[in-house]
Amino acid sequence: MCVAIPGTVIEKKDHTATVDFGGTKVDAEAGLVEVREGDRVLVHAGCIIQKLDQKEANAMTALFQELEDALAEEEEEEGRLNAL
Amino acid sequence: MNITMAHGAGGETTERLITEIFMSAFQNKELLRSGDCALLPGAERIAVTTDSFVVQPVIYPGGDIGRLSVCGTVNDLLAGGAEPKYLTAGFILETGLELNTLKLIADSMAETAREAGVMIVAGDTKVIGGKGGLMINTAGFGIVPEGREIGPEMCRPGDALLISGTLGDHHAAILGKRMGIKNDIVSDNAPLREMVETLFVNGIRVHAMRDVTRGGLATILNELAKSSKVCFELEEKALPVSESVHSFAGLLGLDPLYMGNEGRMLFSVDEADAEKALELIRKSRYGENAARIGGAAETHGYGTASAPSVILKTLIGGRRILKALVGEGLPRIC
Amino acid sequence: MPYESILRFLTEYDGEKTTIMEICGSHTAAIEHNGIRSLLSPAIRLVSGPGCPVCVTVSAYIDRLIELSKRPENVIVTFGDLIRVPGSGASLSDAAALGADVRMVYSPMDILTLAKKEPDRVFIFAAVGFETTAPVYARLVELSEEDGQKNVRLLTSLKTMPEVVDILCSSGGEIDGFLAPGHVCAVSGYRIFEPLAEKYNRPFVAAGFEGNEIMAALYALVRLKGRGVVRNLYPRVVTAEGNTSAIGAVSRIFEKGDASWRGLGRIASSGLYLRKEYERFDAGSRGLDRDRVAEGCRCAFVLQGKETSTACPLFGKNCTPSSPKGACMVSGEGSCFNAFQNSQNGLDGGFRP
Repeated sequence: MCVAIPGTVIEKKDHTATVDFGGTKVDAEAGLVEVREGDRVLVHAGCIIQKLDQKEANAMTALFQELEDALAEEEEEEGRLNAL
Repeated sequence: MNITMAHGAGGETTERLITEIFMSAFQNKELLRSGDCALLPGAERIAVTTDSFVVQPVIYPGGDIGRLSVCGTVNDLLAGGAEPKYLTAGFILETGLELNTLKLIADSMAETAREAGVMIVAGDTKVIGGKGGLMINTAGFGIVPEGREIGPEMCRPGDALLISGTLGDHHAAILGKRMGIKNDIVSDNAPLREMVETLFVNGIRVHAMRDVTRGGLATILNELAKSSKVCFELEEKALPVSESVHSFAGLLGLDPLYMGNEGRMLFSVDEADAEKALELIRKSRYGENAARIGGAAETHGYGTASAPSVILKTLIGGRRILKALVGEGLPRIC
Repeated sequence: MPYESILRFLTEYDGEKTTIMEICGSHTAAIEHNGIRSLLSPAIRLVSGPGCPVCVTVSAYIDRLIELSKRPENVIVTFGDLIRVPGSGASLSDAAALGADVRMVYSPMDILTLAKKEPDRVFIFAAVGFETTAPVYARLVELSEEDGQKNVRLLTSLKTMPEVVDILCSSGGEIDGFLAPGHVCAVSGYRIFEPLAEKYNRPFVAAGFEGNEIMAALYALVRLKGRGVVRNLYPRVVTAEGNTSAIGAVSRIFEKGDASWRGLGRIASSGLYLRKEYERFDAGSRGLDRDRVAEGCRCAFVLQGKETSTACPLFGKNCTPSSPKGACMVSGEGSCFNAFQNSQNGLDGGFRP
């Protein structure tokens, strides 16, 4: 469900934004998110549903950091249980 | 001016249509004879194919139904190992069709035929009531040179698989136009004679060829696997897909492996010739994005002779089984 | 943590058997496209959940669309794969073959252009979907209202996730963790799963749709087994609160109500319906509860993760992607469709052989 891919806003006019997906361009409804030219956005069924975090490039790093944190937290918990 | 029922009635209007549009576009000595059938020199093995073209819209980014009808027919003959020679064309015209459109399509067809080195030697026109549409049925004839053994059953374990260009362009161009999605994708429709003949001239041991049309690469590989009783292993990272087609497919939840082309050839060639063949294809017209995408193997483990399969090694190292397209490959959005 | 370590962990995992449900149909498709099952230890089992909109649409909804399509002034406008879903008899595709005007579009917004071009026809959008798509329909209604467009209607089958997941957790499905739907979370925020995580003590991880993103999320879910937490591994798109303006638009236009799910029955408060003040846009979406499924069809159990697709007596025999009996066989997101794609090799959409 909910097929959505990221693209870049190349033009904004009223509540419509032209979003470029590497050559494919969609006039997307932009009434649900404040966007400007150059913004990276997520488009679903011709509608911008979310603005992408500008830290996108670091997303994978952040993601793995989050995993390590999750793991550390979990081990801490196990340690506590074992101590009981 | 538009097509009316009179254009199909067989009278003067019909004749004018034929002379002014078709004869002038396709002129050659066989057609000018205006006989009931063309008389042509023969050969020991004649390759014959027929195809119908109903694409909508009839003119689309990068091509039109006329060019498409020649490419589709010629590439089928080439895939059979034949040297394409002659084409016939039957036109079904709907009332309301603009004569200018028809003229444009006939001219494009003639130009493509010239490029492909084939003659359109017989034709027919019928008119039906409708909304200005146009359909073309063709037959294609080619001569298979002596000693050339090529066919869908000839892939051998160990063969290298080469694809002559990016996947899905034609499909994306048509669907994009139909759904009103703007993009820079143009159809890849092209006659591939030069490319194919270069391989033979240079002694490449081509075992099988298929033009990648409806159903896409995954579907035709399944058909080849079945005929040749081999299985194919592909590398996802080697598959050529343009950025535009990739994003277009992403938008609609489609998969380029199941999207058709009209100017891409898949070659199964002897491993020893693979590098040379790839180089030749890349140097030939329409072949600049050719890639080596995998190879054929004995059917063991993942498949049996009665149920051969196509396996894709994915970007993350997984194994995905590619079956033939089922249904229509409809967009999946919500 | 490097991807290789995640891969090794998931391949070599020999702990307790762990069942993970991917709720979203796009995850189901991505799992298939990336060959993820082939990378997992036999002790990790993936089951597909109810997040494929066409898979959970009841037959009464399709029947209603077909009935509407028979009126000459009506045009049915839809996304692609819905047209092949069988109702109690025919599908929209069958209706189109008999002359109904059925059009396929990329965006619901396209209906505004169509409606302006042909003011004498009535354009009915087959508005199926979940939290992600609801705001798109909400905007469509708002814009139709602004434009004074009189010939636009929606036949809604809009559903929301938390209620159905609650049912799955409480009805004894043995699911140890949930791959949370990335784009539902993008709109609604990952918080919507927190009450369920706590109530049932199961982890939810919001994930993207790339192969390595899904692998990372599966890794997290296996590690977090037994803990009632929600984690966000799709931070470039997903936040805790989601898109508040989208959520606002949905609640201005729609109200919550009970909804019927194919195979699962009526689930309280799991649907969205046009509010009374917008009912002139409604093509008759309420009360579409009847759900006639083919005899022997096990979609209901498959959707709950209680059975694998191959256990269904119709699977691969009477029910195939080219001739689907159950909705799970229709969509490229359906678990039966994907199991069928793999069935030749015994990868049955459940445990690896």
